[in-house]
Amino acid sequence: MTTKLFGEPVRRREDPRLLTGRGRYLDDLGRDALAAAFVRSPHAHAVIRDIDVSAALDVDGLVAIYTWEDLPDRLAEPLPLLIPHPALTHGRTAYPLARERVRHVGEPVVMVVARDRYVAEDACALIRVDYELLKPVVGVEEAAQSAQLVHDDVPGNVGARMVQEVPSAGGLDVREVIEDAPHTLAFRLDIERSASTPLEGRGVYARWDADDSSLRVYSSTQTSTSVRMAVAAKLGLPLPKVEVIAPDVGGGFGVKIVHPWPEEVLVPWAAMLLNREVKWTEDRREHFVSSAHERAQVQFVRVGFDDEGRVLGLEVTILHDHGAYTPYGIIVPIITSTQLPGPYRLGAYRVEFSSIYTNTVQVTPYRGAGRPQAVFCMERTMDRIADHLGLDRTAVRAVNFIQPEEFPYDQGLIFQDGRPLIYDSGDYPESLRMLKELIGWDSFPAEKERAAAEGRRIGIGVGCYVEGTGVGPYEGGHVQVTSDGRVHVSTGLTSQGQGHETAFAQIAAAELGVPLERVSVVTGDTRRFGYAVGTFASRAAVMSGNAIALACRKVREKALRIAADALEADPRDLEITDGMVHVAGTPGAAIPLATVAVLSNPLRYAFDEEAARATQFAGAASFDRPPVPEGDEPGLEGRDYYSPIRSTFASGMHAAIVETDPLTAEIRILRYAVVHDCGNLINPMIVEGQIHGGVAQGVGGALYERMVYDGHGQLLNASFMDFLMPYATEVPHVETAHLETPSPLNPLGIKGAGEAGVIPVSAVIASAIEDAEGIPIDKMPISPSELFDLRRAAS
Amino acid sequence: MKPPPFDYHAPRSVAEALDVLAAEGERAKVLAGGQSLIPLLNMRLAAPGHLVDINRLTGLAGVEVEPDGVRIGALARHAEVERSEPAAAAQPLLRQALGLVAHPVVRNRGTVVGSLVHADPAAELPAVLTLLGGSVRLARRGGPGTPAAGSSTAQDVAAGGSFVVRDVAAGEFFTGPLESAAGPGELAVSAFFPALPPRSGTAFREVARRHGDYALAGVAALVVLDDDLRITSAAVACVSAGPVPLLVDVTGECGHRPPASAGWAGAARAVQDRAEPEDDIHATAGYRRHLIGVLAERALRDAAREALNG
Ligand SMILES: Cc1cc2nc3c(=O)[nH]c(=O)nc-3n(C[C@H](O)[C@H](O)[C@H](O)COP(=O)(O)OP(=O)(O)OC[C@H]3O[C@@H](n4cnc5c(N)ncnc54)[C@H](O)[C@@H]3O)c2cc1C
Repeated sequence: MTTKLFGEPVRRREDPRLLTGRGRYLDDLGRDALAAAFVRSPHAHAVIRDIDVSAALDVDGLVAIYTWEDLPDRLAEPLPLLIPHPALTHGRTAYPLARERVRHVGEPVVMVVARDRYVAEDACALIRVDYELLKPVVGVEEAAQSAQLVHDDVPGNVGARMVQEVPSAGGLDVREVIEDAPHTLAFRLDIERSASTPLEGRGVYARWDADDSSLRVYSSTQTSTSVRMAVAAKLGLPLPKVEVIAPDVGGGFGVKIVHPWPEEVLVPWAAMLLNREVKWTEDRREHFVSSAHERAQVQFVRVGFDDEGRVLGLEVTILHDHGAYTPYGIIVPIITSTQLPGPYRLGAYRVEFSSIYTNTVQVTPYRGAGRPQAVFCMERTMDRIADHLGLDRTAVRAVNFIQPEEFPYDQGLIFQDGRPLIYDSGDYPESLRMLKELIGWDSFPAEKERAAAEGRRIGIGVGCYVEGTGVGPYEGGHVQVTSDGRVHVSTGLTSQGQGHETAFAQIAAAELGVPLERVSVVTGDTRRFGYAVGTFASRAAVMSGNAIALACRKVREKALRIAADALEADPRDLEITDGMVHVAGTPGAAIPLATVAVLSNPLRYAFDEEAARATQFAGAASFDRPPVPEGDEPGLEGRDYYSPIRSTFASGMHAAIVETDPLTAEIRILRYAVVHDCGNLINPMIVEGQIHGGVAQGVGGALYERMVYDGHGQLLNASFMDFLMPYATEVPHVETAHLETPSPLNPLGIKGAGEAGVIPVSAVIASAIEDAEGIPIDKMPISPSELFDLRRAAS
Repeated sequence: MKPPPFDYHAPRSVAEALDVLAAEGERAKVLAGGQSLIPLLNMRLAAPGHLVDINRLTGLAGVEVEPDGVRIGALARHAEVERSEPAAAAQPLLRQALGLVAHPVVRNRGTVVGSLVHADPAAELPAVLTLLGGSVRLARRGGPGTPAAGSSTAQDVAAGGSFVVRDVAAGEFFTGPLESAAGPGELAVSAFFPALPPRSGTAFREVARRHGDYALAGVAALVVLDDDLRITSAAVACVSAGPVPLLVDVTGECGHRPPASAGWAGAARAVQDRAEPEDDIHATAGYRRHLIGVLAERALRDAAREALNG
């Protein structure tokens, strides 16, 4: 890492395109395609008795109507359960179109294809589905006790139950430790539902080429390679005949990692069947009721601790609301359970979760993926301990921190990747010191007193987290230098606005010693790179970043070898700067990388001047070895993969100062401070942008957003009028400081940063409101109306 | 989220618009800024057979300041009225309220008159019109010879046929949630907001979940002082406090006193007692009632301060 591009706050190269309306999102494609629309269940739980499409048949412009009965072979089967787990004893997934039963409002029942979306919706409105209503199961506690079942063959509505326990050093189990502890506390915490809600919903556009028997699918997805495999499998097509491309994607935040969505197999299938282009663009209401939600948990906590606040034993029992189906397995509650200890060394720990079915939209990871709940639990616990002992809240945290010299630190748990949860590096005491300085922790009590004298209520809160990032199994990178000196980088995972075109180009430019402008990056296009996992779990920079660096190193090595031949120099004396390979210290002896690329590919035919230099009669080659030596390949390109032994663990700490209006109970965030450690920074500006966006979503989850289901399983706020995503006016300015503790696990020493910002926000805001109000806050999000009620109850 | 089929009309004159409205009656809806109507159509909550787009009726775009008040044409956008200095000088409550209506992009298209006709009990402008005792001018096709004197649309009369206009006072205009006195076949051509009397002040206070959202509770206040700077009249109009804007005269509670010693708290209680807020997913009725009291007191105090300063 010698050139200065790595670590520089380079402006995002994709922004001019994205910010001036030149992005190409799913709905910008396929203008002449037929449109698909869906009849979705208006009921949370019902048996489908009959579907009568007759009234819709007269609609001018209608092309086709499909129900489950029409689906062939593998399409008629339930969608895959993507991540099976032994503890998920009762995993259930939906059919692409409902078969006999619907289990949540919004479940697709009929697909209509028509000339355009207007006509398709007109036809949908005329289709009559006769439902026999069943009692809906709503609310995780209700579901856990209900005799009414979401799935007839899932007793107690329990999809999974899982326990992980780490006994004390002395071998005592947690319950014994807590019994014997000098202090114990027991309490309950609640977190409500929210959702990824990317500004661009999901969408699929399929083109079938009947002459070539090949299918091209564009999907607003976080994993084009895996959608490709799923589509090929579901439609019985040979993999090489299927291409999947993620165009510009307007946000994912987790919901688009799930695949194949019903529409991702149905739309291509219809395109093949009809031999016409077909497109479906999700609308906002559909997104609310038929994609995925997250977050909802009820947590029962028991903790035992000593006089300094050291946690001797922690026992957490979680009811996790999984909605109607489990296509993404139990990743979310596993992450909650395993990331709960955060930066702390707990004396003993036991966590048990039950994953419960309800007649609501399914739950799959949303940015943070179970961690906001985990951190809420751990950090509320820390605050409770401090309150109980009359200690400073940061002092209680500090006494529990894992110390810098204790890394690698084994938490004794099994993480979401099925591997031991071992922290690679970190410096939590330093991080806390920086945070306290940034927010002015120690001078806050005086500030609070001054405010109180003016009749104002302010409070400060803090929250810490550790985030496993960069989960495997692998990603790859391909780097090609063409004879014009341009560098073409591709990786299989997708982009949803993270700035990969910039960050990956910085890595490649730094590794190869070329100007940034010469590097172009393609992501999420299976035509360019076929092997990939996807963009989720704060993994893109760690996984593809390292893979691209490794691929670049191969290219560099080859370039130096060829250049050494041409310059009659020792490759070890060569370096590349500004796209020129030259002998270190001898600027005259140089050859452009473009020429090296020409030389790397011996040609028979000359099509331009550059190429003429590489033809057989151009002279350069030696006659005692073949034009392409054994073990070598033509071209200046390289491909490599990065597959880590385990996840790398980023960390961070946030603090906020809030003001609550003594009369109206309005809650305002006055200051928000973040100390963030994601190892070596590729681009601090991009990392800060990720943090700001994460904090914005965290503020949403803490103060504004919830999914309001009524007792009938109707989502009452399925629009942006009533689902209160914060506006720019609600998001505070975020003050950020970086700490760089390199990861020893990967060549670039980096950790993930994508989800970080959102993780501790609910915990931090709860902590600050509690400090301002002196009332325990154990349920998030919190609205002014609820704070008003809490005040009434407390007085 | 695509609207059901409708016939689209884009009349070039008020007369033409009134013809379509008369012909289609109940089946027709006027399309002004579309900020409330288009979402209703897209969610298929409304399915009018005919849309009468009035955006070409540029003659209705005026914001005219008359000696006794501000007359706002049906095509005047929130943003234009908000920016108008003469309008703000004549009646400052307009600008105070419009700053709380939605966001700039919505205000760039949404119309003041459309907001009045839409009659959302959570909207600011109906409360403003009610508090000030303004009116809405409605026009419809009428028999021959019916004059439309003084109307800004007199030209249209010459251009084609005749129509009837009536001015409906705010007190009668808002008839229920999302219901106004504008009937089938009628076009609201303008609204009139009376000017601020001397030695008086206004204020608008509200609490919304997010900046620019419809308010959980909101209170507009008007305080008038006499020559001795004592309160001669004080009134508020509340949003989200019942099916229509709630007008409460609190002159009695305030007492014929200077603002510094007025009975603001008692006035606020009186307002609170009259409010009929409802529970919804964002706030309980109890919290809203509490807010109405707090906001009423704050708005009245602010208005009195304005009156003293002005
Ligand atoms: C995100 C968002 C937030 C908003 N927040 C607020 C807010 O905080 N406060 C607030 O007050 N409003 C808010 N609004 C609504 C906004 O103020 C609208 O502009 C207003 O309600 C309607 O005005 P319009 O011109 O857009 O009317 P349209 O949507 O075109 O029409 C609304 C209704 O009035 C009828 N109509 C309109 N003009 C006439 C006319 N001249 N004659 C007869 N009938 C007519 C239409 O037929 C329709 O029934 C918000 C809107 C949005 C989209």
